[in-house]
Amino acid sequence: MKAFLILEDGTVFEGTHIGAEKEIISEIVFNTSMAGYLEVLTDPSYAGQAVCMTYPLIGNYGVCLQDMESSHPCLDGFIVRELSRMPSNFRSDMSIQEFLDKYEVPGIAGIDTRALVKLLREKGTMNGMITTREDFVVEEILPKLRAYTPGKVVEKVCTREKYTVGEGRRKVALVDFGTKSNIISCLVNRDCTVTVYPAPTAAAEILADGPDGIMLSNGPGDPKECVSVIEEVKKLYQSDVPIFAICLGHQLMALATGADTFKMKYGHRGGNHPVKDLATGQVYISSQNHGYVVDMEKLDETVAKPAFVNVNDGTCEGVSYTGKNIFTVQFHPEACSGPLDSGFLFDRFMEMIDEKKGGMEHA
Amino acid sequence: MPRNPEIKKVLVIGSGPIVIGQAAEFDYAGTQACRSLKEEGMEVVLVNSNPATIMTDGDIADRVYIEPLTVKVLEQIIEKEKPDSVLPTLGGQAGLNLGMELEESGFLAAHNVRLIGTTAQTIKKAEDRLEFKKTMEKCGEPCAPSLVVENIQDGVDFAAKIGYPVVLRPAYTLGGSGGGIAHNQVQLEEILENGLRLSRVGQVLVERCIAGWKEIEYEAMRDSAGNCITICSMENIDPVGVHTGDSIVVAPSQTLGDKEYQMLRSAALNIVNELEITGGCNVQFALHPDSFEYCVIEVNPRVSRSSALASKATGYPIAKVASKIALGYTLDEIKNAITGKTYASFEPAIDYCVVKIPRLPFDKFLTAKRTLTTQMKATGEVMSICNSFEGALMKALRSLEQHVDCLRSYDFSALSKEDLLERMKKVDDQRIFLIAEAVRKGIDYDTIYDITMVDKWFIDKIAILTEMEEKLEQEGAALSVETLREAKRLEFPDNVIGRLTGLSGQAVKQMRDANGITASYKMVDTCAAEFEAQTPYYYSVYGGENEAVETKDRKKVLVLGSGPIRIGQGIEFDYCSVHATWAFSRAGYETIIVNNNPETVSTDFDIADKLYFEPLTPEDVENIVRLEKPDGAVVQFGGQTAIKLTEDLMKMGVPILGTKAEDVDAAEDRELFDRILQETEIPRAAGGTVFTAEEAREVANRLGYPVLVRPSYVLGGQGMQIAISDAEIEEFMAVINRYSQEHPILVDKYLQGKELEVDAVCDGTDILIPGIMEHIERTGVHSGDSISVYPAFTVSEKVKETIAEYSRRLAKALHVIGLINIQFIAVGDEVYVIEVNPRSSRTVPYISKVTGIPIVDLATEVILGKRIRDLGYEPGLQKAADYVAIKMPVFSFEKIRGAEISLGPEMKSTGECLGIAQTFDEALYKAFLGAGVDLPKYKQMIITVKDADKGEAIEIGRRFEKLGYIIYATRSTAAALNEAGVKARKVNKISQESPTVMDLILGHKIDLVIDTPTQGRDKSRDGFLIRRNAIETGVNCITAMDTARALVTSLENKERQGNKLTLVDIATIARRGK
Repeated sequence: MKAFLILEDGTVFEGTHIGAEKEIISEIVFNTSMAGYLEVLTDPSYAGQAVCMTYPLIGNYGVCLQDMESSHPCLDGFIVRELSRMPSNFRSDMSIQEFLDKYEVPGIAGIDTRALVKLLREKGTMNGMITTREDFVVEEILPKLRAYTPGKVVEKVCTREKYTVGEGRRKVALVDFGTKSNIISCLVNRDCTVTVYPAPTAAAEILADGPDGIMLSNGPGDPKECVSVIEEVKKLYQSDVPIFAICLGHQLMALATGADTFKMKYGHRGGNHPVKDLATGQVYISSQNHGYVVDMEKLDETVAKPAFVNVNDGTCEGVSYTGKNIFTVQFHPEACSGPLDSGFLFDRFMEMIDEKKGGMEHA
Repeated sequence: MPRNPEIKKVLVIGSGPIVIGQAAEFDYAGTQACRSLKEEGMEVVLVNSNPATIMTDGDIADRVYIEPLTVKVLEQIIEKEKPDSVLPTLGGQAGLNLGMELEESGFLAAHNVRLIGTTAQTIKKAEDRLEFKKTMEKCGEPCAPSLVVENIQDGVDFAAKIGYPVVLRPAYTLGGSGGGIAHNQVQLEEILENGLRLSRVGQVLVERCIAGWKEIEYEAMRDSAGNCITICSMENIDPVGVHTGDSIVVAPSQTLGDKEYQMLRSAALNIVNELEITGGCNVQFALHPDSFEYCVIEVNPRVSRSSALASKATGYPIAKVASKIALGYTLDEIKNAITGKTYASFEPAIDYCVVKIPRLPFDKFLTAKRTLTTQMKATGEVMSICNSFEGALMKALRSLEQHVDCLRSYDFSALSKEDLLERMKKVDDQRIFLIAEAVRKGIDYDTIYDITMVDKWFIDKIAILTEMEEKLEQEGAALSVETLREAKRLEFPDNVIGRLTGLSGQAVKQMRDANGITASYKMVDTCAAEFEAQTPYYYSVYGGENEAVETKDRKKVLVLGSGPIRIGQGIEFDYCSVHATWAFSRAGYETIIVNNNPETVSTDFDIADKLYFEPLTPEDVENIVRLEKPDGAVVQFGGQTAIKLTEDLMKMGVPILGTKAEDVDAAEDRELFDRILQETEIPRAAGGTVFTAEEAREVANRLGYPVLVRPSYVLGGQGMQIAISDAEIEEFMAVINRYSQEHPILVDKYLQGKELEVDAVCDGTDILIPGIMEHIERTGVHSGDSISVYPAFTVSEKVKETIAEYSRRLAKALHVIGLINIQFIAVGDEVYVIEVNPRSSRTVPYISKVTGIPIVDLATEVILGKRIRDLGYEPGLQKAADYVAIKMPVFSFEKIRGAEISLGPEMKSTGECLGIAQTFDEALYKAFLGAGVDLPKYKQMIITVKDADKGEAIEIGRRFEKLGYIIYATRSTAAALNEAGVKARKVNKISQESPTVMDLILGHKIDLVIDTPTQGRDKSRDGFLIRRNAIETGVNCITAMDTARALVTSLENKERQGNKLTLVDIATIARRGK
């Protein structure tokens, strides 16, 4: 069956329909990872977006359900050059086609994904529609596309109920804005008991549970839409509990402490972004998925200092908070998909917790 | 960290002659590195014995030494040039070993020279088997259970413990020389004995066989600050067991999930960190196909063939970045030259699929075993890029130029299912075609996988191609547009679609045009379009937006490259293509290169204004021509690959720059050429043209035996043979006619004399002859396999004058504009012409360098309309230099089991080296030394020659005897020698009782075997076995009396002169030439 991708600027790509047969309007973004499509499909940060994979051959190793980053795909649609007709991998549970069908992800294949990426690069992220209707009228669709915003996606993807994972020595509160399951695993594997809280949870409630550390997770959408969450994060900041934040969590902490964020032209999504640790000069290759970024210019040095920058474009990749046990990063040390190079940041978080705990025990 | 200010003068070590396992990739890496060092203001001293390389040009480095790559020579160069640093990581294994030896001996420390790019400690940790294992254990990376042995018994004991099969890897050898898989003790002992001998340190690793696991490679880069990245992952379609150089390789890896990919990537970085690499590094893994178990196979702490492939596959210039790192820069300080925006500290994201296929030399060595093992056999490779695997595979296949254009090109349809399954067990270069046939026959994927261990994902991709073949056959002449579109997306060429449908290729093309099914071009940009790229490096796809814009501001020239490196068409033609490109560029032209060889300089992204990484077939070139509309194409620099495209280019309406196509034809077409010879009054050996064996016999009998038989329009004398009987005529004609011949076959009277050769530039009126080269071997040995001496040293002035005059007449008669190569025979003072090639030749780089006359540049200027006189040269034969330069062929026989090594009219050498000195004797000594003939060792030799050579054997034997050699000889040779007073000990033939000649060879105490095969082709098993065994046990084996004489001359000189050599800086010659 034919399918069409219609962009906000009027460009139409014709391809083949894949996955669920439903029409969607979404924000179109691209990801440059060459492996890890399942992790992308199930990363909650893609809520409200349809993702185009720049690597043309997708589905080669099928789907291993164990590798899902959340219980179900959160993105709106999937855009590829070619889906492999036969997966081959010893861990494969099903083909990618079966997966898209099962989880009702609509998509389009067979389009010139490189041409699409170039458009997004030049014009910036655009909204678009994926449809199988052949009788569409572009002029009628464009106003709808322009009107689309992802909306309050955090509430859609975060957990409804507080729950606990692991039985470790350290108690970590994870505020779930749409967390990837590997953040939880990274903590649990480091001897943590992780309590996951829904995004709207009041800071008081979290602090009342007496965590040794607080982790602010990744998540989708414009951080500035999370108005009430920001208020709670401010309170977490006020506490002296060590805090580590990733991606949206990092942006929310910045907003909570008076800094600003802005939307990038087409964001960073992929597994090859170099970030430099300003303290050591060391460069790490990182996994990234963000369309918004903390404005480095507006960081108040008395409150927060840049800790990591992106080597390619110099944007803010991490912040350390003056006089606080708080550090935050824009990239994804939990990887999945992507390089494992910055996983040591979780260790750094553990050290922070232990120091604090040790100090308290000695006090 | 900025550049280390203490580094000012760097000695770069090249990789020496092209041999199997060490080819053009090091010219690419070395050239890129030298340019990068000069960009940083370094003074660059280069040493490489290989004159055919671009890196040894006067304008690439400040001082250039084309000298033998030995420790002594390097020490001398260091003493003379006083560099502060040595960069050994760009010259392959040869360069690394030399750097290591210099460091270990304490010479570098004593002369205040530092090793940059790597440390001796790193090399040792990565290369020494024991150290490597220890290092891997320390950083927690698994290796297959293994033991380093220094004798056979230890190997046998260990194998018994871990169980057969076992893999054997000698330490410090390149291309896996002497390695292999042993399935039982007999095989183990055989391979082990050989491997222990070939290893520089007498060590061989015996390890658990992991054959059948997935073979995955990562190219990594690390700087001195410890920043680490991987540039590319590569997956071998052929699982572990086939050397990666002989495997079909795909990039990026296709069948690995993110978990496996990241696991191995992290392991690669872990290893690179542990080894403290500063620069590029290649890490090879074996990954169990059904688990996460993996082991490290090997680490190369330097640029390599794989890094060249990874550079071309991603656009990331590994050698360039590695050299900047060697100077102290960190990755985040080095700009990504492709995007101009990002930095070297990021990992390329690619949005296409790359396939590499090795070019194996079995078309040259008919007797060789086609089996692929851990010992590399390929002479070169092709790469292709497409947005589907199927398309990339199809493009790579037709790039090979081995009469292959689709998966039906080897026909196995006659095999029964059982036979096919049996045949598939043999791992050779035809495996992919066998798999395709198995799919066609309906054999299920599991069965194919169980036999081949080729991942089912690849088998399914092959099935997609065979299904398309079937579909095309079914639709036939009623071919639908949709099917055509899909077939083109899968990169079926028009002629294959034509063959399968029954339509003509032309009709297919018309149908494409009518339906707008045309190629479009995508950019290789290192970043999957995430950033705007500055560098126009393109590949074609069907369907989608075209990114290559037709430029119109300057005149445009299309330079056709020479495709994969093969015997007979080597790196020399890349030298010519690159220089021509630069010369056109200087003349204000926009330059466009089309080529498909990932190892070469020509496919570096900053050589031409535009690079199309594409097959060199008429259809692929036409697609580019349609888009670019070049003002002309130049074919005379790209070897036979480019010449073959002449007619098609003309049909496309592209003017051929330089010598016209009909004149090229006139040189190849026997009748036309005979007419020219008559007109110009130049004699040649009598002969005739034939198509059938019967006609050939007739001509041969008319001329009288011996005769020379060869196809026209070939390079490297492919298929050329000397026949002495009707029976041999039959045999050779059958070989030639294996492939249908478009052009007639030539049968000539064989003349025995001195063979001479010129390369010249002609502007239509005047000719510039830089010099005359004389071959040491008499006619009958292919010019590419002969030792070539400049200036000509034995012939009379009259012969030289005649050659100059004949060259002038021929060039003029053929209306040559540009380069011409002519080969002559001189019998006494009589000069005959053998053949004329109005194009570049193998000797062009050599003669350019040793005379200092840049003939490719001049030819390009002439092509653009300049006259030789305008370019500051007086026409005619130039004054001979006051030094002697000798080009020595280098062979890779030890790599190709079963190959006949005796020299003849068909070329067999893979590379060459140069000896240059004030005297003939010293030049000759250097040339032999450069080729690895470092004698004497044990002062024992074997002579076994045919009757006709006995006289010369006496003279040569006497001279060896004088040098203190003990001579062994077979019965009749021994008798002849003893009779003449040369003491020779008789040894038995192989079939006779021990001790036989074979026992002597296998005893490892023999320096040299002189074995001349009986006239024509040696049928005797003895001779063949002697030669093969000599080669495989590392004994020098000479099959022509002239070569033997040259060798003894050089050894006599060594005795006289001692070890000090005089060094010649080629760069000063280049400057003098200008």
